[in-house]
Amino acid sequence: MSDPSGAQTILPPEGPRPENGSPAKGRHMAATPGSTQQGVEKRPKQARAGKADTSKVLAVPKGRTGAARILLGRDAVMIYVLLVVVIYASIVIPRFASPVTVGFLLLDVIPTLLIALPMTLVIISGEIDLSVASIAGLTSALMGVLWQGGMNIGLVLVICVLAGLAAGAFNGVLIAYLGLPSLAVTIGTLALFRGLALVVIGDNAVANFPPGLTAFFTSKIGGTGIPTVMVGVVVLIIAFAVVLHFTPFGRGLFALGYSKEAATFVGIDVARSKFLLYLATGTVSALAGIYWTLRYSSARSDNASGLELAVIAAVLLGGVSIFGGKGSIPGVLAGVLLIGTINYALKLDRVSEVVLIIVTGSLLIISVVAPNIASAIKQARHSRRVRTAPLP
Amino acid sequence: MLTLRGALKTFGPVVALADGTIDLAAGEIHALVGENGAGKSTLVKILAGVHQPDAGEFLVAGQPVSFRNVADSKAAGISVIYQEPTLFPDLTVAENIFIGRQPKGRFGLISRVEMRRRAKELFDQLGVPIDPDRVAEGLSIADQQIIEIAKAISLDARVLVMDEPTAALSGVEVDRLFAVARRLRDAGSGILFISHRFDEVFGLCDRITVMRDGTYIATHETGATSVEAIVREMVGRDIDALFPKSETDVGDVVLKVSGLTRPGVFHDIDFEVRAGEIVALSGLVGAGRTEVARAVFGIDRYESGTVEMFGRQLRGKDPRAAIDAGIGFVPEDRRKQGLVMELSVERNAALTLRHSLAKFGLISGKAEREAAQTWGKRLQVKAGSPEHAVSTLSGGNQQKVVLAKWLATDPKLLIIDEPTRGIDVGTKSEVHRLISELAGRGIAILMISSELPEVLGMADRVLVMREGRITGRLDRSEATAETVMHAATASLEITR
Repeated sequence: MSDPSGAQTILPPEGPRPENGSPAKGRHMAATPGSTQQGVEKRPKQARAGKADTSKVLAVPKGRTGAARILLGRDAVMIYVLLVVVIYASIVIPRFASPVTVGFLLLDVIPTLLIALPMTLVIISGEIDLSVASIAGLTSALMGVLWQGGMNIGLVLVICVLAGLAAGAFNGVLIAYLGLPSLAVTIGTLALFRGLALVVIGDNAVANFPPGLTAFFTSKIGGTGIPTVMVGVVVLIIAFAVVLHFTPFGRGLFALGYSKEAATFVGIDVARSKFLLYLATGTVSALAGIYWTLRYSSARSDNASGLELAVIAAVLLGGVSIFGGKGSIPGVLAGVLLIGTINYALKLDRVSEVVLIIVTGSLLIISVVAPNIASAIKQARHSRRVRTAPLP
Repeated sequence: MLTLRGALKTFGPVVALADGTIDLAAGEIHALVGENGAGKSTLVKILAGVHQPDAGEFLVAGQPVSFRNVADSKAAGISVIYQEPTLFPDLTVAENIFIGRQPKGRFGLISRVEMRRRAKELFDQLGVPIDPDRVAEGLSIADQQIIEIAKAISLDARVLVMDEPTAALSGVEVDRLFAVARRLRDAGSGILFISHRFDEVFGLCDRITVMRDGTYIATHETGATSVEAIVREMVGRDIDALFPKSETDVGDVVLKVSGLTRPGVFHDIDFEVRAGEIVALSGLVGAGRTEVARAVFGIDRYESGTVEMFGRQLRGKDPRAAIDAGIGFVPEDRRKQGLVMELSVERNAALTLRHSLAKFGLISGKAEREAAQTWGKRLQVKAGSPEHAVSTLSGGNQQKVVLAKWLATDPKLLIIDEPTRGIDVGTKSEVHRLISELAGRGIAILMISSELPEVLGMADRVLVMREGRITGRLDRSEATAETVMHAATASLEITR
């Protein structure tokens, strides 16, 4: 065993603390004078003798530099794949490369894109929400009935968003505060909310929404072909990306996705975090429901049905781990757009609906299997190296 | 009938067992004693075929063996009874005993009658009345152990290893278990008995083997030795030399706990920790030490009592409030509680700082990295890269990351639960010196430790817990292996 080399001191002398090391400035320091002088002789630090440890003291980041890391990461690979598909489709499929394509592709993809944002956070935190499409359907039904009942359209929209919030809160209480498994709860609410939608609007369809509003939802920004509503969608994308990647809350989500226990020990309120996520999925699902209704100018109980699986498929394709702890908003964006682009291109090419589903399914399986194969290869290489290394 | 000599087992850079040596004869009950971390469990796992030794000699009935897995060990006639057996709760007792090798009747179907008859026979042999038809769910731990023993006998086990079997048993249950053990010994089995309780070791066992720091020390006939001699061998070193405790000036009261109670877990816990003071919470595993620490930090609820930091009462069940009040908590299970193993070193180190690093609510990766590196450097964390998952580090370096993330919050009180569990000896003394230095800088330290030398070497004061109560308050000058052990175990002897 290595010897505990003499009276080596571990902490450096107490001097000016580095800027970032002392976040809690001005707190009462209870040291008595003189006590700070103890154990401060500084000795040159060396790696311990006799330890087969080639790694360095944590100081210099080794390996890939920042740029390389971004350019070779999984998110980047997804974006390359997306670009390849877009370029290939532009060459091979006539009529694909036009502003019309951009417009319809985005209009088609917006509901998935919207719901994928909070879904990414939910799955990273180690949970799932299958009730999103039903919440969208329920808000759509509500919207139809309230509008037909003569309510002001502004008020109708507010009530619909609140309904989504309430539906999310219902999921959230059951999952976060009562600790029920999210898979079971949201399978239940998937049926429940869809059933409520049917109760609210029955077999009717409401179509006579204000023409100005429906026109706005399909309008484009100038000649670019980009739908006007994309502005709002982009704002939401940025908001979710910032929350996930640049806030304390987002840091907490990754931690609790891997280990709820370890997260609790650093003061992360696991229940509250999860509750907030379900509020977010509920609210954004309501927005998707509103969009769906106005885009197709039709409020029906079965609007957006089955969308939850498309959303989850896109999120997983975008590199989010179904076990939690791993994923990013840029990756998910690429995943959603990839599926959307392939579907649209195949539709333009007059490929039947059945083939579209098969393609989507295969893509998902490949995306889940590929990293596993890669890590299996890495693992095999690593264990071969360990086996051939001499024992310490 | 079973001999292990010079067994070596390492996990990466950690040497868990340096010289695992045991010689178990037929018809004897042989005790294996040592402090926590002395390598007993690793030795048991080698016998059980869970771990394969890196070096050493292993003979069963005079023949060299090498087990690839648990099945090999079972086939060689070795069965291990763990502290808390894991039966299938929905199956009956008989089904549990014969799981995977049910007696077959006509048409190759399972013969329940035969299975029941054989189970009954086993229990008769052990002299214990257990209904073979009842479901395993709801059985006491004692009964579950008996069922495991019955299963072992049905497998023709000649060597029984009992790993702290009495830790969760009541007095009557212990007596019954011992009667079964004696019966098996008289029938010619060899029993290896691992325990922390000296009264049991001396009352039951024929020979005693002592281990310390992963190394075999000695084997004695029970009649020819004494508790004092065994304790000396277990501790066996000049404690003051190993734990350079710097004398510090003790300052104001930082933490004050009064009347803390959670029925059935801990009762009326009162104590204070002052600035610059190391207070050790000692006692046997399961005495309620960790539970008190968790309640103080706000992980678990408590029913009554108060926790005060600098005279201000803390809200219960709110770790965030505890952190804001200046408490840091280094939990006992580093892998599950202390770290998020899959996250990078820098993310882990900065996790406690997520709020204080944020500017206008936003964290930059750069600030995070710098904070992590500052503390990683100070504690000499050895990692390939700060971006590597923390699971790639050695146990000692992982523990340093845990310490780093709390030191970064500039804590006033650091609660450290088992500071050196699973850490190799070299890094251990580094951690000890660090704790001592932190106290020297005026941080109040509450340390929970099952390692007696650590407690005696580090602490200014020792609080001993037993069955959820503080049963001993010892100053540094009063604390010895004997006084602490006495306070930790006294009632066990009385209730017996």
